[in-house]
Amino acid sequence: APDSDGGSEELVLTPAQLIRSLEQAWLNEKFAPELLESKPEIIECVVEQLDHMEANLKRAKKGDLKVSVHHMEIERIRYVLSSYLRCRLVKIEKFFPHVLEKEKSRAEGEPSILSPEEFAFAKEYMANTETYLKNAALKHMPPNLQKVSLLKSVPKPNLDSFVFLRVLERQENILVEPETDEQREYTIDLEEGSQHLIRYKTIAPLVASGAVQLI
Amino acid sequence: AASCRSRSEAKSGRTDLIFLIRFRHCCLLRNQRCVVAYLYDRLLRIRALRWEYGSVLPSAIHFHMSAEEVEWFNRYKKSLATYMRSVGGEEGLDLTQDIKPPKSLYIEVRCLKDYGEFEIDDGTTVLLKKNSQHFLPRWKCEQLIRQGVLEHVLS
Repeated sequence: APDSDGGSEELVLTPAQLIRSLEQAWLNEKFAPELLESKPEIIECVVEQLDHMEANLKRAKKGDLKVSVHHMEIERIRYVLSSYLRCRLVKIEKFFPHVLEKEKSRAEGEPSILSPEEFAFAKEYMANTETYLKNAALKHMPPNLQKVSLLKSVPKPNLDSFVFLRVLERQENILVEPETDEQREYTIDLEEGSQHLIRYKTIAPLVASGAVQLI
Repeated sequence: AASCRSRSEAKSGRTDLIFLIRFRHCCLLRNQRCVVAYLYDRLLRIRALRWEYGSVLPSAIHFHMSAEEVEWFNRYKKSLATYMRSVGGEEGLDLTQDIKPPKSLYIEVRCLKDYGEFEIDDGTTVLLKKNSQHFLPRWKCEQLIRQGVLEHVLS
């Protein structure tokens, strides 16, 4: 089984576990309003897995029924991987000043939300857009109006949006903010296997830790 | 008393001026914001074109783009290509493919325009003539379907 070579933890996952991790990361990324931590180990292993499967396919006898089934499986995995990476790119482009700001102000030990390649892409996107706005409009404006703060103009992700989740690991005493002025904040316990509709902000750290799965 | 009156007159005059300056500045800021919003919205649509049509834009659309927008588009697709090449092994991973979950390996397609010879994986070629129908591998057809050359026939 392919193993991850990122970081100090040596994780050995079976192919089935790897694909499940990919699907979990994919669903979380799909339903979370903000860009989540990058998962370079999963991506690397899945790519390796796909190459492995494609090599097997080339060696297999033509007309063998298993060939079609394996081919479909490769197609499905490739779709999930592409969809996952596309979802991330869409969020990077949508929130590019905030994503770059968050990465720049990241503390030493904190995990990165951008892979090095995504970081390069985000920087290029920002530079490209800034150059365009300058040349298409801003340089023709009065001197004191030639700057625009993209950090202020581009909307931030809405962390208050509601998400559906399933609880993977039991959590106790999650603090929930009041919705109205009459309510007060209260705590809830999240039972394993239960499903909830809740504001993303409340459970964001639980998504990062893998305690809950967005659905 | 006279000096008081003139001082208050002068003060009120300055206040009027400050009001006017502030008002004009707000108008200018709003205009700047409208212009930037309009241009940015166009950029978002141009970005979507890369994902829908591919790296080469139809000339009709190209005609509607400003020189700066064309430059932005070229830089964007270059940046995207670099990123796609960096992910997924030696050849990279074309993220503009596999947009929909795969339902089957092969699909029935009808040719909408004359395209010519089209090579499929095992070396065989197919002649894509207008109105001809073929049973082809799905992943090979995706690009041509998006470009309007082929049409997926749903039985």
